[in-house]
Amino acid sequence: MTTDSDAHPWQENIFQLFKKAEIRQLAYVPDAGHAHVIRRAQADPDMRDIVLTTEEEGVAVASGAWLGGQRAALLMQSSGVGNCINMFSLLDSCRFPFFTLITMRGEFAEFNPWQNPMGQATPTVLEAMGLTVMRAQSPEEAIELVDAGLASTFDAGQRVAVLLSQRLIGRKKWVANHE
Amino acid sequence: MNKPQQPAMPARSAFDRRQVVKDILTRLPDALVVSGLGSPSYDVYAAGDRPGNFYLWGAMGGSTSVALGLALAQPDKIVLAITGDGEQLMGIGSLATVAVQQPANLALIVLDNGHFGETGMQRSHASLGANLTDMARACGIRNSMSLTASEGLDALFSSIEARSGTTFAQLHIEAHEHVRALPPRDGVFIQNRFRSHLGLDPF
Repeated sequence: MTTDSDAHPWQENIFQLFKKAEIRQLAYVPDAGHAHVIRRAQADPDMRDIVLTTEEEGVAVASGAWLGGQRAALLMQSSGVGNCINMFSLLDSCRFPFFTLITMRGEFAEFNPWQNPMGQATPTVLEAMGLTVMRAQSPEEAIELVDAGLASTFDAGQRVAVLLSQRLIGRKKWVANHE
Repeated sequence: MNKPQQPAMPARSAFDRRQVVKDILTRLPDALVVSGLGSPSYDVYAAGDRPGNFYLWGAMGGSTSVALGLALAQPDKIVLAITGDGEQLMGIGSLATVAVQQPANLALIVLDNGHFGETGMQRSHASLGANLTDMARACGIRNSMSLTASEGLDALFSSIEARSGTTFAQLHIEAHEHVRALPPRDGVFIQNRFRSHLGLDPF
């Protein structure tokens, strides 16, 4: 089980940036790299946490939220970007503001080769569907880019994806640590 | 090749899709509506264009999820997703997502003719063994119902008015294509008109 003691300090900064940006709906397919923000949203009475069965639901939920006057964000891992491709047409066709935070797989010390094809195609696929892509490699960059991305999204109506690099999140432990 | 035998189409008293959508919107004139691509968007438009209508022309499988985000953002308004069996099947997991949230102001209305109407009336899973109402209920939407013309819409309106969780209604309609009634395709216009109707400012 993941606990708060596993969280990086910058993950709390990201949650605080979501609060500052008045994100009211947080849709997600979980990833360990998002666990802290999800847990914080679940405990927050002013933020609706919405667990999805597949990531493209979150693109549509965020669009509906904006139609109704609320701001939303979508959390997913890179494999989920492939599931979203056609649903991204909704964003471009209607010019909905949209923010997604994506934990990367398949790019750094990846144990599971099945993660590589989608992980490596993630920026290309996002850009092909009209999203602006920014990649965070360090905690400082993660905070700065999420802050900037939220501003671009909700001040300028852009469609923004911030990628959290696999190196930043840390290697996934595949074997139980008995220390 | 050994293929399973297709079940026969069940005989039911079916609603006329244009009339049933008109009846729903006449009864709920202030409802916000998200319509699924193809015939449901034409039906909603044919009932009378309204600024509170958000017509999808694509994003197949997304109508339930758009309506969910909208219903959570506007808890004081009734929100209707009006779509077909094919679109609902593509977004079938979104029934489980809605069931977790259970917005009481949301009703999902599936116009079920058991066919993909826009593409040449190929039979869909909904007439080949899948039961959408059972699926919705199994996902956790307790207020799920399957209605035919002989039963009418009373149970649907009662459930919406009771406001005890999300409503799911599978309305059996005739597999008959009406003349297309084409709503605006300009998504930016529809979005801005919709938000303006709710008194929301542009960014």
